[in-house]
Amino acid sequence: MSGQELAFWLLAPVMVLGAVGMVLARKAVHSALCLAAVMICLAIQYAALDAPFLFAVQIIVYTGAILMLFLFVVMLVGVDSDDSFVETLRGQRVFAVVLGIGLVVLLVAGLGNAVVTGPVGLTEANAQYGGNVQGLAALVFVRWVWAFEATSALLITAAVGAMVLTHRERLVPRRDQRTRAAERIRAYAETGRHPGPMPTPGVFARHNAVDTPALLPDGSVAEDSVSAPLRSRSRIRTPEELLAPMAQRHAEIAGDRQPDPAVGHQRDPRPGESVAEQGAALKASQRTQRTRGEDLSDEERI
Amino acid sequence: MTAMDLALFGADPWWVVLIKAVFVFALLLVLTLFNIVFERKVVGRMQHRKGPTMNGPFGWLQSLADGMKLMFKEDFMPTAADKVVFNLAPFLSAVPALTAWAVIPIAGTVTVPFTDRQTNLQLTDLPMAVLFLLAIASIGIYGIVLAGWSSGSTYSLLGGLRSSAQMISYEIAMGLSLVAVFLLAGSMSTSEIVAAQQQPVVVLGADVGITGWYALLLAPSFVIYLISMVGETNRAPFDLPEAEGELVGGFHTEYSGMRFAMFFLAEYINMATVSAIAVTLFLGGWHAPWPLNQVPGIDAGYLGAVWFLAKVILLIFVFVWLRGTLPRFRYDQFMKLGWSWLIPLSLVWIVGIATVRMGREEGWFTSPAVLLGAGAVVLVAIGLALFGGRETEPETAAPTAFDPYAGGYPVPPQGEQQLPEMAGVLPGDEDTDRAGRRPDGPGHDREETS
Repeated sequence: MSGQELAFWLLAPVMVLGAVGMVLARKAVHSALCLAAVMICLAIQYAALDAPFLFAVQIIVYTGAILMLFLFVVMLVGVDSDDSFVETLRGQRVFAVVLGIGLVVLLVAGLGNAVVTGPVGLTEANAQYGGNVQGLAALVFVRWVWAFEATSALLITAAVGAMVLTHRERLVPRRDQRTRAAERIRAYAETGRHPGPMPTPGVFARHNAVDTPALLPDGSVAEDSVSAPLRSRSRIRTPEELLAPMAQRHAEIAGDRQPDPAVGHQRDPRPGESVAEQGAALKASQRTQRTRGEDLSDEERI
Repeated sequence: MTAMDLALFGADPWWVVLIKAVFVFALLLVLTLFNIVFERKVVGRMQHRKGPTMNGPFGWLQSLADGMKLMFKEDFMPTAADKVVFNLAPFLSAVPALTAWAVIPIAGTVTVPFTDRQTNLQLTDLPMAVLFLLAIASIGIYGIVLAGWSSGSTYSLLGGLRSSAQMISYEIAMGLSLVAVFLLAGSMSTSEIVAAQQQPVVVLGADVGITGWYALLLAPSFVIYLISMVGETNRAPFDLPEAEGELVGGFHTEYSGMRFAMFFLAEYINMATVSAIAVTLFLGGWHAPWPLNQVPGIDAGYLGAVWFLAKVILLIFVFVWLRGTLPRFRYDQFMKLGWSWLIPLSLVWIVGIATVRMGREEGWFTSPAVLLGAGAVVLVAIGLALFGGRETEPETAAPTAFDPYAGGYPVPPQGEQQLPEMAGVLPGDEDTDRAGRRPDGPGHDREETS
């Protein structure tokens, strides 16, 4: 068995599996990965068939650039966004079937021809100009130079067209770093808004997530410490909710209050839940827990 | 130029190939262990500290200890992770990094120890070896991008997106900077490019004896390659994909243990790989530098590997130097540098090189008319540079009246401006009131009102 046949029988199953996987995969990224596997196997086939230049270009252009852009777009559009099944192109199914049949006919004819007449191979063509790369260069830049130039002109036109389509006229002057700094200082002068970075989220004994507000020295919430989308999406915790468990603990430690297992030992109140309400609800839940012999107080869980 | 015979590569029996493959693998692992400690020691010195000193002699086994620790650490996988891709990504990153060294010539022809078999100290060579390197590098990007996507974390995803955009952009600049090398060497095989750089430079028909390294002949390409190789490996000042202030760790935020170690390994091997490409394509490969190459046999046999590794480590030092010196770029500045400077400059330079090469072959530079024309253009350019243009008048800022509350908030005086309460005070007069406050001056009023 020659090296070429070995490469074929090793890679062909992988390529078929990759192609099937590309069609059947549910996630777009998995499809892209399967396609990448097919492309790389194809490139190795090229290398085995005495076409090393095509091998490198296949990987650089298709796997490295085009498929990478696919992946890029898939990631930008969203990790889990579902495909819409609304057909925007009318009659595309008919065209797809017609073109598919045409492709099958073409493949059968091409493969049949190769099987019947026997493959020519690249050995002779490569030897003609002293190598695969030189032979390709002679074809592309001498014999087919006009076709090559026309293709490149087409590609450049497409690239320029894409840039024109996405071009936007700038209606307002660009705000660079300097103007923004000046704006911040002006806002400070006029409204007293602090020109520095916004305050970080609050850090408490039990919370330091981004939705935890920081408290100002007077005990009120620093609004800017929680980002605007979070503030608009849900109500953020109030200082009372944040401080109640620790206040209870301090009181217990100081010994001037009876230990209240409902507050400070359990999960903190959810935003919007009042402390007392939560205490009552927890007492009930705790009773059921005790009967089950579980204790889910924070200390045990941690 | 002598077309080097690639036949020596096909003639190796399987056991020589196996020995060379194991040698390259071992070399890369040892080089990585060395590079990590080397970087920490050098950057430590740059920051007035010593770097690792505890493990092994002078701390040189620190990265071995780190590697053992990473191997025994628990490997976490986030619940939201895509299991298959999350496991696949580190391999996609590390395997191409190791594969790239297959076509790097580490030394010339050597004898395999204990035998009399001659072989080149290079696993294999291909007619398009440099394109193979670019292809392998572009597969390596998948590891990073997929790691970012599969972690199911925003930081990782942003890191992966950044790095894919960055590496694609800088791969273009890198590829364009290599085109000039192909044009001059007339080959894309690494060993032939190394051989082509041994041609001495001929200046005005006289052989000056300096070997024509492409860092010298193609200095602009070399500079563009150096910049884009830092961008391609995600190193400071272009380490935006793992900008720790913004993205925690970037694409590898969710990785730990051995999987993280593979990313770590891939990053350092990639550093060594791009350095090795720079050495091979621009710095004469495994040959000794100019004055020393007059000594016969100084880079023969295994000594070539010493020169090669010395040059690679020199470039690694440049990486560390950059990291110790430069702050991180902002993302838009970084993209602007790549797309609006490096790529157009490369294109112009390639056209220039191609024109000169074409002209030399067609004999344009021997006809006096062309030489006269070129001389005239150079003279006009020099004349314009010396006498052309209008000299800009030195700006004399008119001393403006100083408003200490310009815009409603206190500002310090600038340049010629002077605090109004200092207007009447002579300089250096210690006897006057320190604040220069006059009882009837504006400073006094403000003091009372504020």
